[in-house]
Amino acid sequence: MAYTLSVNGRTRRVDVEPDTPLLWVLRDTLGILGPKFGCGIAQCGACTVHIDGAPVRACALPIEAVGKGRVTTIEAIGDSEVGARVQKAWSELDVAQCGYCQPGQIMSATALLVANPRPNAEEIDAAMAGNICRCATYNRIRAAVRRASGQPEEA
Amino acid sequence: MADGAQTGASRREAILLAAGGGGLVLGFSLAGKGEAAQAAPARLNTYVTVKPDGWVEVVSKNPEVGQGVKTSMPMIIAEEMDADWNKVRTLQAVSDPALFGRQFAGGSLSIPLHWDELRRVGATARALLIAAAAKSWGVEASACTTEPGRVVHKASGRSADYGSLASAAAALPAPDPRTLKLKEPADYRIVGRFTPQVDTPAIVTGKPLFGIDVVLPGMLFATFEKAPVFGAGVESADLDAARAMKGVRKAFVVEGSGGLEALAPGVAVVADSWWRALKGREKLNTRWKASEASQMSSRGFEEMATGSARFATDKVVRHDGDVDAALKSAAKTIEAEYAYPYISHANLEPQNCTARFQNGKMEIWAPTQNPEPGRQLVAKTLGLKPEDITVHIIRAGGGFGRRLSNEYMVEAAWIAREAGAPVKLIWTREDDMRHGFYRPAGWHRFKGGLDAQGRIVAWEDHFITPGSAEGQPGRSAGMAATEFPARFTPNFRYNLSVLPISVPTGPLRAPGSNAISFAVQGFIDELAHAAGADPVDFRLKLLGDFGLVGTPGRDGYDAARMRGVLNKVAEVSGWGRTKMAPRQGQGVAFHFSHMGYFAQVVQVRVADDGQIKVEKVWVAGDVGRQIVNPSGAIQQVQGSVLDGLSGALTQEITLENGAVVQGNFDSYRLMRINEAPPVDVHFVLSDNPPTGLGEPALPPAPPALCNAIFAATGKRVRRLPVDPALLAAG
Repeated sequence: MAYTLSVNGRTRRVDVEPDTPLLWVLRDTLGILGPKFGCGIAQCGACTVHIDGAPVRACALPIEAVGKGRVTTIEAIGDSEVGARVQKAWSELDVAQCGYCQPGQIMSATALLVANPRPNAEEIDAAMAGNICRCATYNRIRAAVRRASGQPEEA
Repeated sequence: MADGAQTGASRREAILLAAGGGGLVLGFSLAGKGEAAQAAPARLNTYVTVKPDGWVEVVSKNPEVGQGVKTSMPMIIAEEMDADWNKVRTLQAVSDPALFGRQFAGGSLSIPLHWDELRRVGATARALLIAAAAKSWGVEASACTTEPGRVVHKASGRSADYGSLASAAAALPAPDPRTLKLKEPADYRIVGRFTPQVDTPAIVTGKPLFGIDVVLPGMLFATFEKAPVFGAGVESADLDAARAMKGVRKAFVVEGSGGLEALAPGVAVVADSWWRALKGREKLNTRWKASEASQMSSRGFEEMATGSARFATDKVVRHDGDVDAALKSAAKTIEAEYAYPYISHANLEPQNCTARFQNGKMEIWAPTQNPEPGRQLVAKTLGLKPEDITVHIIRAGGGFGRRLSNEYMVEAAWIAREAGAPVKLIWTREDDMRHGFYRPAGWHRFKGGLDAQGRIVAWEDHFITPGSAEGQPGRSAGMAATEFPARFTPNFRYNLSVLPISVPTGPLRAPGSNAISFAVQGFIDELAHAAGADPVDFRLKLLGDFGLVGTPGRDGYDAARMRGVLNKVAEVSGWGRTKMAPRQGQGVAFHFSHMGYFAQVVQVRVADDGQIKVEKVWVAGDVGRQIVNPSGAIQQVQGSVLDGLSGALTQEITLENGAVVQGNFDSYRLMRINEAPPVDVHFVLSDNPPTGLGEPALPPAPPALCNAIFAATGKRVRRLPVDPALLAAG
């Protein structure tokens, strides 16, 4: 099946089966490797991308369900003011350990701050709970979200 | 990538040429630990290149798996050469023991094994640059000093950028690194500073860094189905049905050889995308040969460990004094049985590997912690010469010990050769969860005796562990004869029973320690409460006024260092000085492993329904006098602590009919951010060489948690993972 997608501001045409998850279209067909594979069942969040600004788990979203939604991946999130701020906070606080989950974490954090520019501690935890960090960088993720939202890092 | 990397000689040449470009290239022989480069070239060990434009390239020899060595090891070199860190580029070495010696990420060993050597590599570079400058200025080298990236001659006010000196420096004979004076720590400009990982800019922008991101021209994608029962052979598979699926190029049975560590039997499906390979796999309808291993179940293990054979001891490993007499004459005795389950490494990046077989040469891109054994294993299993195999070390999405094994590397190499095309093999999450080398389950039956003053006079641990039918504990399933509190209690006995269980096991972050600490520090806590003593005071008394016990680097245990961290953590946590609400409490534990001394206090609040909220963790650690990179160091401690808590709270691998029940993160729960407490990290700097941080902060976390639960609820957790239902009020 042929599909026309909007990915990171570009129109892309792909020919894949309708049940192919968006993640594998991005990674294997389009060579967009920032979104990561961790579980395949929307449990870990490593594959998080935005569709029309909302965070979704690309590993469990069939391509046929994407429709006209505008897909944004970690590769382009820095083009937005909030996304760039989140990346900067992540860099300054050296959030990553292995780094594998961090594209997904940054996508979730950016979506949070767009919707809620000054989240409190509970709101940060709630918005980020869908993203597992196996290295458990959670203390620094919290601090980086707070820094990116202009709040003191210690809650 | 590394087209010249076909043989030992041309590979070395490729590195030197790539790194040279008219600049300074420093080589050291590893065996001589500092003999200059003119020694046998086959033993060259190349680390540092100064480019004419002043950039310094530093090679990081060991795999990066999130422990931060690709940053911290080059920091050590850059410090002693007085490089400008903003003009340092870090390059990941390929696997080449002839050049670099052993390259691995394990045992928290990168820093302790290289602290001295890497400083001398940097000092040699600095000495050569100074010598080149002194020569061109006609002054004594001893009259010159350095500022970051520059040689300075203060008397004349002259200075020169390292880049401008590089060619001249490269022509000079290298001094004996052993004769060079190293910097005083007070003069450090890089080591000891909060330094973000060198790959951070690439990580936050989603650049392809990981094994799973490797792309080769003409590459195909593979999935490999193995039996749910470990090692069972393939009876039949509908290969034609898989081949009929769109995009599937190959489907074939792999007979397997060399056991689970090498190549297990299975069915490979190769397609033009990984999703299409999976769709082909779904059609295989594979039937597996009968296997004795299908008898295994967690329930069966439990019966073996606690059933009629529970008092049988295979072996007395250690007996100091007379435990039976001491128990008889003790003022008070208690007994308790502890148990912990198999757990999985659950690296977030599933096992994967990319391989290309061309003109008799195998090239491999592997997120591995242990590249050279992988190369040897591929050579043996595929019948290739090791020199015909190149292994590129690729950043791994978590190690935790799982990637010390290399069977995914063998699988990828085998499938690529069979497929006749470059292949990226990716395991599913379920493949990963069900084909691990698990942290072994274990059981400890304790007896303890206290005298009238509340001191431990007798300790017995009957350790029951999985292993071979011949009585050998399985991989990472043993316990040392010197495990604490051996040597600290006058009457001590360690009995061992080995259960014949063939579940594959292996090292998981702080192997052995990560589970033994839960049992030992839990039972110490029980003895403290039985003695009516404060758990910190009781532990301090147990450590007594001992100093170093045993031999450093072997079985040495420095009780003074442990008292140091225990006192520190009591101080920073407000131990004994903080008023606790009902069902709120603090617990303490300490453990020594991987040359690191760690003590922790965990504070919990347990709801009436038994749900546990870990409110905060305080950590004190002693890993010597110098923290190389405080950023990475704090990260490793926080990560280790939360890893330990995560394992204790929710993780368990169980077996039914020989197969692992759990498959994904819905049935095998990892800690999430809303469950993660703040972890407050303090380092106690002692006058000892720096040691590693990948592991030693983990072991105290599970027992400190369980001891806190006892303080909050009066209920003693003796089995992991913690069952909240047992902690409900009333």
